[in-house]
This record gives sequence, structure tokens and C-alpha cells, in this order.
Amino acid sequence: MNIHEYQAKEIFRSAGIPIPPGEIATTPEQAEEIARRFGGTVVVKAQVHAGGRGKAGGVKLAKSPEEVRELASKIIGMTIKDLPVEKVLVTPAADIASEAYVGVIVDRASKRAVFMVSPDGGIDIEEVAASTPDRIMKLPVDPRYGLQAYEAMQMGFFLYKDDVKKARAAAQIMRQLYVAFIDSGASLAEINPLVVTPAGEVLALDAKMVIDDNELDRLPAVEALRDESSEAPSEVAAREAGLTFIKLDGNVGCVVNGAGLAMATMDLVKYYGGDPANFLDIGGSSNPEKVVNALRIITSDPNVKAILFNIFGGITRTDDVANGIVTATKQNPLTVPIVIRLTGTNEEIAVKILQENGFSAMTDMDEAVQKAVALATGKEAS
Amino acid sequence: MSVFIDSNTKLLVQGITGRDGSFHSRQMMEYGTNVVAGVTPGKGGQKFEDKVPVFNTVADAVAATGANTSVIYVPPMYAADAMMEAAAAGIELVVCITEGVPVLDMTRVYPFIQEKGARLIGPNCPGAISPGQSKVGIIPGNICAPGPVGLVSRSGTLTYEVVNQMTRAGLGQTSCVGIGGDPINGTNFIDCLAAFEADPDTKAVVLIGEIGGTDEQDAARFVKENMTKPVVGFIAGQTAPPGRRMGHAGAIISGSSGTAAEKIASFEDAGMGVAERPRDVVGLLQARM
Repeated sequence: MNIHEYQAKEIFRSAGIPIPPGEIATTPEQAEEIARRFGGTVVVKAQVHAGGRGKAGGVKLAKSPEEVRELASKIIGMTIKDLPVEKVLVTPAADIASEAYVGVIVDRASKRAVFMVSPDGGIDIEEVAASTPDRIMKLPVDPRYGLQAYEAMQMGFFLYKDDVKKARAAAQIMRQLYVAFIDSGASLAEINPLVVTPAGEVLALDAKMVIDDNELDRLPAVEALRDESSEAPSEVAAREAGLTFIKLDGNVGCVVNGAGLAMATMDLVKYYGGDPANFLDIGGSSNPEKVVNALRIITSDPNVKAILFNIFGGITRTDDVANGIVTATKQNPLTVPIVIRLTGTNEEIAVKILQENGFSAMTDMDEAVQKAVALATGKEAS
Repeated sequence: MSVFIDSNTKLLVQGITGRDGSFHSRQMMEYGTNVVAGVTPGKGGQKFEDKVPVFNTVADAVAATGANTSVIYVPPMYAADAMMEAAAAGIELVVCITEGVPVLDMTRVYPFIQEKGARLIGPNCPGAISPGQSKVGIIPGNICAPGPVGLVSRSGTLTYEVVNQMTRAGLGQTSCVGIGGDPINGTNFIDCLAAFEADPDTKAVVLIGEIGGTDEQDAARFVKENMTKPVVGFIAGQTAPPGRRMGHAGAIISGSSGTAAEKIASFEDAGMGVAERPRDVVGLLQARM
């Protein structure tokens, strides 16, 4: 789960990390009023779950409250990478002497949380990693002991050479960041940039956090940070129905059990000249209700011109899926053709249920995908 | 012969009285797996299906039955503890089926298991089966058959799809191992490839990977440098958009890393057979065996 910059900043702040004040506005007038209270030059920052906000025009400097209102009226309502901006963060502009990067991620190769720090902050860290890898220091953290003071100091000195005062301030921030990272169940926590002011203060000017979805059940306070308005409505509906759904741009709606088979099905749609409209995994357990919800979500996408079911019954009973299809289409008759492929557990019963209700079933995955693609592209009539 | 599990496997089921645990325990027993014990805290002293003794702790179960392998069907928030409990009690092979284990839990579990000298398969995996000998997990037994091919996969139902096609074409399996779709797991492709290379009955290996991470690329390097047996690979997720988690927690393309294209290129570089579609696996195997 992604959270907004202002939410990550609140988490970092409560961990003790020094961060300039900031407030959230949902209207240009609110933004103006906040700027008036802060006084001086402020930054207006779009709050949206997308990187590259600056390049997209979502981060602007403003010298007066009036200018803040004008900028906020442009930023609120704009879309960045297809996501609508509904809030802006207004924060006093800081004087910057230098910018560094500090991040911690779960690294699958070392199977640990790994810190990545660089004295080159304020830019895309992946670019730094590609062009000047010697400007990045990586430090895996032993989960049994957490980030030790000496390790944090090694990184602090890497950022600020021989300046022990700044190194110490940065080290303190890294230890606080590690605690926030663990306590929030994060898979990524990032400060970019970590700045030094002309007065020598070390501050976090930006904050980013990605939460491991698997943590949310035991961290209700973190789950409460979810902003559904910044997620696609179909994905919200799918999550509430216990389905994993990702919307894509094609016209073949896919309903599959299992993530690997779902990906392979999408690939096969493409292989046979079509385009998948989505990734949808109904999961392993048998439940006709899930099928009903899956069909409702898929058919709400106007791009979908054909629906493809691909079910390999193991734990999933294919007769449950068949019953789900029959129930769903009785409630809401389909307006687009459907191709059903199922094989495995209770296949004979499933085929019988489908045939009695006017559906035909296929057993071969490739034939089913080809048929769905032909129907979606109008090469074959239903 | 086979890898990881065989007719000597004495299986303990953690979470044997739960909904999933009881269902799959019955399936494993029907398949012929030697299920010697179950563990559910608070239900020690009961019998599962009038046959299998249930214990409160893994240590009790191991002491009483000599179980050497454990399979875990407990809810995600308890799975880390269950894995550590099994390894601490001296279980040699821990198979965790549970999906949804927090990845930070796994950063603690992994070094713990290593210190105890145990092997972990999973989490978020379908387990393993050595057809005709033992089944540990949830892979449907009826789609498998004994034979000369070893199979390792990050996926569940996609594995069933491929195994089913192999079995129908007369290509049986020594063992099928699902290593799971999570970013941190106990057993990786290379562990399985090395085991299949060492198993005299395995004549060829199928590797089913997907987008995310660099395990497949590492596996391809291992194949190039260490394998004498033919390996056929398939990668799922060629059409997946970057930055999105495709169901499996580990199936995400970050930046330019973890794409299907780079994994397929590494397979080709290693001289592996590359299946464009799941159905191509059978033909590629037949051509190489």
C-alpha cells in the first residue's frame, strides 16, 4: 500500500526525525490561508501516489499567499500518471546547502532490510545507481540487532565526509528511520532529499513510504492511512471482495485462479494477438460469491469486449466457479461474449451445470484464449 | 529417487485441525503420505481422523513420533512463529503453505532457520510432491505421475497446468517443488536445480519462473556453469505493467529490473529450452531427452 508524503512525514516526525512543518489543503483557499500563517516563501506539493511529481508540475515554489492560491488551484484537480490530485501539502521553503539521499528497502537478494545512502540527493536514486554506483553506500541490517550506532555513523560519514556533527545528525535520523520502517511494516522508506541548511541543520524535506500489504491486518493504524480516492475504483472494489485485480488497457477481461496462471493467461492473450483488460486472481478457495464479484468488476469496464475464464481446479472446485458464473449472469445478463475454460476438480459436474444453463465449456487453455481473442477483436461472432 | 521428500518422510501438520489444514491433511493421507502427527495448541491429546495424534507443541510431537518434516497451514500472523518452532524442534524440512506472511517476519525467520540447519520451502507455496511416494502441501496428486522430470516453480496453478500437460504426454516427475511467490523464501531455484542435478533418476528439469527479482537470472547462470541435465524454462508475466504487484508479493517489476525479457534472455544465454507458451514445455522436453 502506498501512503502520501504528508502521512509518511507524520510517521517520521513521531519517530523524532526533524521535518519542517507542513499542512494539508484540499482547496486553493485553504492553501492560501496556510501559507499566510507560515509567512514567507512556501512549497506547494501535490499529494498523489506517483513518482516524478516535480517533473509533472505538481511541486511549485510560491512567494506570496496569493500565488499559493493560484498554484494550488492548478495542482488540485490535475492528474499525474492517471491519478487525480485531491490534496496539496503546503510547507515553508527551506534554504538548502546540500542534498543527500537516504532510503531503506527490503532486499530480496540479501533477505534483509538494506540501507542505501548517497551524497547525491534530490534526484532519482536509480539514475545514481546506474551512472555513479560508487556514490551509493549499501548496508544490510541484521534483523536480530537492528541498525547499530556504528553502522549509522559509517553511513553518516559517507554522506558528510569528515563533518562529525552532520554525520552524527544523519546517523540519528537513520536510526529513527529504521524504527519507523519496522514499526510501520514498510517495504520501503525514503528521505529524498535529506538536506543540510546554511545554518548546518540536517532536515528531511521529503518522505516516502510503501507498506507491505501483508502487515495491514496487524497494523490497523497504518491501514487507516489508506486513501481510496487515489486508487482505481475497480481495484478498491476488488480488494473489498477479496480478489487481486489490476486494471490494464486491453479488451479481453480475464478471470483466473492463481497469480502465476493469471499472468500466463494474460501473456497468452497477447501471444494470440489480443490485449488483456486486467489481471484478476480469484484465489485458491472455492467460493461462488467471488466469481459473482469478479464478473461484476470485469463487466464494469467498458473496454471489455470478451470475457475469458481460465480455471485449473485444484483446491478450487470448478463446479463452484460454474455456479458462480450462472448466478452472476442471472443477476446481470452479460452484454459481451464469454469463453469458459475449466479443468480439474469436479470438471464433469461443472460442464454439466454450464451446459444446462446455456454455456459451453472448453478444456484446452490455448483454444480458449484464441477464441476469446477472436471474439474481442470481432474476428469471430458470438 | 526424488528430492526433499520421499517414502521416508514422516510428516507433521501444523494447524491440522484448521479448515485448510484438516482438508489437506486428509488429501495427503489419501495420497499415501505418512502423516505421523498434528499440532494445534490447546488440542493436544486429541486424534485427527481417529488416527493421527495431535500435540500442543512441535517439540512434543517430534519427541513422540520422530517427525522429520513439517507442513504449515496456520494464519499469516502466526506463520513466522510456526516456522521457527518447527526448526527449533529439530524438524529437517519445513514447508510453509501460508500466503500473506509479512516480509519483515521473513527477514527474521530466514537466518533462524539457517542457524538451526533446517530447510524451509515457501512461504506462500503449494509445497512438494514426489509422485507415488509422498505429497507435502496442496499440489493435486491426480495430475502427477512418477517419471524422469524434475520441476521447480514459483507458482501454484500454473505449475498444475504444466504438470498436467506433461503427465498427459507421458512425461512423469521425480519431484515437483513449488518454492513460492514471496520476495523472501527459504528455498530458491538454485537449491532445487542442484538437488535435481544430484538425483540420479532425474533426467531433465523444468523451471517455471515469473517477473520480479533476479532468482531466474541466477538460476540460469547456475545452469550454464553447473548443470549437465537439460533444463526447460518458462516465465510468466511478459505483459505485466511495471511497478504493480501481480498477486504474488514478489511479482513486481521495479525500474528496469525483474522483467520477463531479461529473464528469458538469461535462459537463452544458458542454453536452456525456452517455452513461449506453457504448452511448449512438453515438446521442448521431448526434444532434449
